[in-house]
Amino acid sequence: MTELTDDTRTTQVFRVYITAPAEKIWDAITTPEWTAKYGYRGPATYELHAGGRFVVNATEQMKTFGAPDVVIDGEVLESDPPRKLVHTYRFNFAPEQTAEGFTTVTWELAPERDGITRLTVTHDVTGAPQAAAMIAVDADVSLEQGGGGWAWILSDLKTLLESDTARTP
Amino acid sequence: MLDRLLEREGQTLTELESEFEMTRFGVMKHLRVLEDANLVVTKRSGREKLHFLNPVPIRLVHDRWIDKYTERRIAALADLKTELESTA
Repeated sequence: MTELTDDTRTTQVFRVYITAPAEKIWDAITTPEWTAKYGYRGPATYELHAGGRFVVNATEQMKTFGAPDVVIDGEVLESDPPRKLVHTYRFNFAPEQTAEGFTTVTWELAPERDGITRLTVTHDVTGAPQAAAMIAVDADVSLEQGGGGWAWILSDLKTLLESDTARTP
Repeated sequence: MLDRLLEREGQTLTELESEFEMTRFGVMKHLRVLEDANLVVTKRSGREKLHFLNPVPIRLVHDRWIDKYTERRIAALADLKTELESTA
């Protein structure tokens, strides 16, 4: 029990309420067409079954900063559209991040009243301090320097789905 | 309370209670308000209820409001510059 509690202390939770059906949000999370329109805009590809591959490719802008073709990768552990998606997650912007290994991301979508969907992202970054720093809120790091994390991605996703026009960073 | 959660995520009510000079009921009441505002998210882990700081609403406020006000101020300064320079 104590060990379990210690583990959850390196988990970060992000929740947002979006006025859109869960199916639409599911597509916005899992297709390259949608993922290229918000957040860091690297197109994401998921093979939506246990053992399937998860890949985020670099944008042209990321490549000018020397990013590799596959900036984030992982493996799908569970896919239950449009309710739950669990996959491993590894940043590859720097060799130290790749060496740090895989963390786990859980997406949960739950319908609320009035056409609102509750989206919760739980990122278990146990034993991965570099990944933890990447996803956290750090007011001292600007978006241009890679700051923003999940809070910014989800804020941008909400704006996109509720207005269909993503803000540019 | 949010600062305590930022320092260490996933605390139980008992853990949070020990950090404040407040009754258990007082801490519960504060947490309830923060949960209603979506600034605190709870997750069950076995028999325990863990509390997490949720930074997304803060980001939403920033993106929707602070940016807007900053833009307006910049626009006002730009207008002022145009006006001053055209009358000079």
